[in-house]
Amino acid sequence: MIGSPRPSGRVVVTGIGAVTPLATGIEPTWQKMLKGESGVARITHIDPSDYTTQIAAEVKDFNPEDFLDKKEARRVDRFIAMAVASATMALEDSKLEVNDDNREEIGVLVGSGIGGLQTLSDNHRKQIEAGPGKISPFLVPYMIPDMASGYISIVHKLKGPNTCVVTACSTAANAIGDAYHIVKRGDAIVMVAGGSEAPINEIGLGGFCAARALSTRNDDPARASRPFDLNRDGFVMGEGSTVLILEDYEHARSRGAKIYAEIVGYGFTGDAYHITAPDPEGYGAYRAMRNAMQRAGLKPEDVDYINAHGTSTTLNDKLETAAIKRALGEQAYKVAISSTKSMVGHLLGAAGAIEAAACLLAMRDGMIPPTINHETPDPECDLDYVPNQPRKADVRVALSNSFGFGGHNVCLAFRKVD
Amino acid sequence: MSNDIFTRVQKVTVEKLSVKEEEVVESASFTDDLGADSLDVVELVMAFEEEFGIEIPDEEVGEIKTVGDAVNYISKKQE
Repeated sequence: MIGSPRPSGRVVVTGIGAVTPLATGIEPTWQKMLKGESGVARITHIDPSDYTTQIAAEVKDFNPEDFLDKKEARRVDRFIAMAVASATMALEDSKLEVNDDNREEIGVLVGSGIGGLQTLSDNHRKQIEAGPGKISPFLVPYMIPDMASGYISIVHKLKGPNTCVVTACSTAANAIGDAYHIVKRGDAIVMVAGGSEAPINEIGLGGFCAARALSTRNDDPARASRPFDLNRDGFVMGEGSTVLILEDYEHARSRGAKIYAEIVGYGFTGDAYHITAPDPEGYGAYRAMRNAMQRAGLKPEDVDYINAHGTSTTLNDKLETAAIKRALGEQAYKVAISSTKSMVGHLLGAAGAIEAAACLLAMRDGMIPPTINHETPDPECDLDYVPNQPRKADVRVALSNSFGFGGHNVCLAFRKVD
Repeated sequence: MSNDIFTRVQKVTVEKLSVKEEEVVESASFTDDLGADSLDVVELVMAFEEEFGIEIPDEEVGEIKTVGDAVNYISKKQE
């Protein structure tokens, strides 16, 4: 790139921002994770009475006007507002000053699994009730998933690579992985990367209910998301956004930036098996982990912590366990594994980013967040899932798994920088 | 100029463009003074159509540049 220093080929994370069902802001979210708090409750965005599932992990204390001007805040889709908020907080956290000298070298890759579903649904209703002339001119721009990246770039005047990934529940992990490659090969010095999702509305909830994917533990919401527990009965929908600042290592060092960790591996594979069900042997998930570890030059005994995809569905948790055993061998029984979805729910296209953040903060603080609601062990899930209590541990290497409908499997590997 | 129509145009404009009521004066241009972009204008025109129960054909939207233009256009339509 003209005017850029040669890329160091190493990529580090220097900022985190998040809007989650636990809190607006990554630090309060993290503190609640370490306390094992659940963000799941009865749905309030809509009246859920007619749905088989009536619970979700909703974002509760988020005001778009804190991050956007009044006109924009009022009308942008929620997934865009949360993405902008996370990006703004992540940039602040990184203390990176965006100016005319560097804005063309800073890009954005914030994905969404679904995009502006509420916007689409509202306009579809208007079209049916009053005809096509009533469709808003903002339907298309606020519906398309790439508008998270587009909007962030406009708000912060970031003129580097600007793109989007859509791979269902592995979206944010792919976004971080692809952004890592962009920085590694020198197409940008900094990438703002992550995911955002706002699916808790009539059509989103109805669709996931119809797919029979969700927990129906309506009378006990805080205990509904129970990854790896024998009595798990589906995932709990969540909403929110998380954004990381990925930066060339030398650039980060030269400006004295705080470095959370280095991204050292990115494995991604396809199952080529079924539209929603994972490969029956977890082979694609295994290969994603294997590839990430190989790229990073990691041996099984190097891995201290795995933030599992751990959705709380019967199939995922069983097959992910099998995949971890295949990837790590005997070491699988020694590594600490947890699913933060037990607390924040499943953020779908943002899941990979909040879970990457959990890995980074586990490294920073030497504390592994728990898998809450782990009460009855499942014989087919017999690894160490850090049940119910956080654990003090020196985490030097962490893996984060994310898998998505369509058979997408992603594993990101992080290593502490000394 | 109809005061009633002006008041309603003002109300819709404040709501759609998130501007202050005192900015929405007769001479104010929707794009130059009130910060509307091309998509805002489409949305605003739709809101006028709904508020006043009229149709504003696309080829006539160009006539409506200021708040006063909108009030005059709507007054004529309602005659």
